Amino acid sequence: MKFRRLIFANLFRKKARLVLTIGSFAIALVLFTFLAVVKSAFNRGIEVAGADRLIVVDRVGLMQLMPISYADKIRAIPGVKYVTHDHWFGGVYQDEKNFFPQFVIDVDNHRQVYPEFIVPDEQWNNFAKDRQGAIAGKRLAERFHWKVGDRIPIKTTLYGAGAWEFNLDGIYHTDKEGGDESQFWLQWKYFDERAPSVIKSTAGWYILKLESPDDAVRVAKSIDEKFANSSDETKTETESAFAAGFAKQFGNIEFLILTIGGVVFFTLLLVTGNTMAISVRERISELAVLKAIGFTDRSVLFLVLAESVVISFIGGVLGLLLALVLIPGISAALTGLLPPLLLSKPLLALGVGFAIFVGAASGLLPGLGAMRMRVVKALRRV
Amino acid sequence: MIRVDGRSDSQSLIRARGLNKTYTRAGEKIQVLQGLNLDVDKGDFVAFMGPSGSGKTTLLNLLGGLDVPSAGSVIVDGDEITHMSGSKLTNWRARHVGFIFQMYNLIPVLTAYQNVELPLLLTKLSSSERRKHVETALGVVGLADRMNHYPRQLSGGQEQRVTIARAIVSDPTFLLCDEPTGDLDRKSADEIMLLIEELVGKYGKTVLMVTHDPLIAARAHTTLHLDKGVLVEGSKLQQGVLAGGAR
Repeated sequence: MKFRRLIFANLFRKKARLVLTIGSFAIALVLFTFLAVVKSAFNRGIEVAGADRLIVVDRVGLMQLMPISYADKIRAIPGVKYVTHDHWFGGVYQDEKNFFPQFVIDVDNHRQVYPEFIVPDEQWNNFAKDRQGAIAGKRLAERFHWKVGDRIPIKTTLYGAGAWEFNLDGIYHTDKEGGDESQFWLQWKYFDERAPSVIKSTAGWYILKLESPDDAVRVAKSIDEKFANSSDETKTETESAFAAGFAKQFGNIEFLILTIGGVVFFTLLLVTGNTMAISVRERISELAVLKAIGFTDRSVLFLVLAESVVISFIGGVLGLLLALVLIPGISAALTGLLPPLLLSKPLLALGVGFAIFVGAASGLLPGLGAMRMRVVKALRRV
Repeated sequence: MIRVDGRSDSQSLIRARGLNKTYTRAGEKIQVLQGLNLDVDKGDFVAFMGPSGSGKTTLLNLLGGLDVPSAGSVIVDGDEITHMSGSKLTNWRARHVGFIFQMYNLIPVLTAYQNVELPLLLTKLSSSERRKHVETALGVVGLADRMNHYPRQLSGGQEQRVTIARAIVSDPTFLLCDEPTGDLDRKSADEIMLLIEELVGKYGKTVLMVTHDPLIAARAHTTLHLDKGVLVEGSKLQQGVLAGGAR
């Protein structure tokens, strides 16, 4: 590109200003990226949801339990391939700050419904045979340095006082990007034995796998109709809709993130726009000379925009590199409070796109000013 | 040959007819040029003199396509430039006009070589072809050994030489010099004038120059005086002054 030298020479005209602008851009990009990964973490349940899975909950609410007998009735509905059920255990491991999700699972059908959670067969078989058995996600096991064979006490306040002890029989992982590896599974049969009588023979929610995702609406309707006017009416929805509803329980996170993101965006726009405006104003006579010797209005606009985009691109890339270093640390520090924060390739690409867009937008006004500048008037200022 | 009487001369390189330029300042109309006529042939070297505000720079701007007249026309080498669109006029300037300014107006962050190369970036010349042209232009102005120097590393006279090299590098039809020696000491001014004379004499360039300095103006083939927006040939002005004095 013939103008490369001119663009870069102008960029380095005021080195301190360049460094400060790039620095502020980089810091803002770190914040932007952090907000984006938090938003993505909250929406991950929706992103990784199976298109062929439905969730059945009690119409009253998630905390309301349903009879275990529903499983066979649901399985009988045409289009349903597998049915499994979960329960929320809600225990505490050593300290309340060590939060992680614990699910009471149905050993017989869980693997068929959730094939993305991979457990070695030998470990799974040991788990199935061991009523006090448990399986932990890879990330969770790494967090507490657990290994297969460890005995893990979990205190519960929901199902009687004291600690329930589990044998760690296996560790699962997932091949799905962004998949959750922080869960702890225990057996429903063991849970049902020890649970208080009021919650015996119940399930927290049912998860079913369909023959085809096309059957989702029909099957959901059939299930809800089947249990209509019963003591436990149901609400059936797709897994992604369920995950979206679950994320909303935390408040309007998306609105909060978008608001902060908007502030970051406009601040960046003002910082870079101001830098470019000052830069253009300082060399108005030089731009006038360029126009006098034959640079068209468009080439002058291009030069200003190119400078602005190069600044924002460099700042953006630095910010993203910084985010790549910082976010795993922040994620580790927030374990238990937030889902894992993952800086995925699409998010990195979004960050680069955001940087380029802000660069172009902030250079636009000064660029248009330079483009419309009258040569004669500008030369008279010298 | 230079004429200011507006009599048709189709051989002229630059032909201005009935040039008017009016500015509005604080609601008041100021007529800078009034029905000005001018014919300049190829290879002419014309100096424009006159008091401040007489319209010298305005005239240069109109002839160089930097500004448009309120009325009248400018025809250069057969091209009527007064009705050209903005982008067409910009392209025309790139091909036909070399500008030399009083304050040099070099880009401080570019070397002498890079400054001279600027007009060539708008052409389709390859990098090696551009290098050849730039080295030739810098050789003509005697700065071949300073091509990698930045403007701040050059003297005023040398900076003006770089400006001249930038003006001639694309081999324009004519050069417009606005006070080319106005910011230089006498010795440097003399060197610049020798260079401009060489461009006219040896390379056949047409030069139109604005100056306040009669000694500088005297080195042109013809000096034209602008007075209240009207052009008067030097000799006629002298006659007018003499006639006024005799009364």
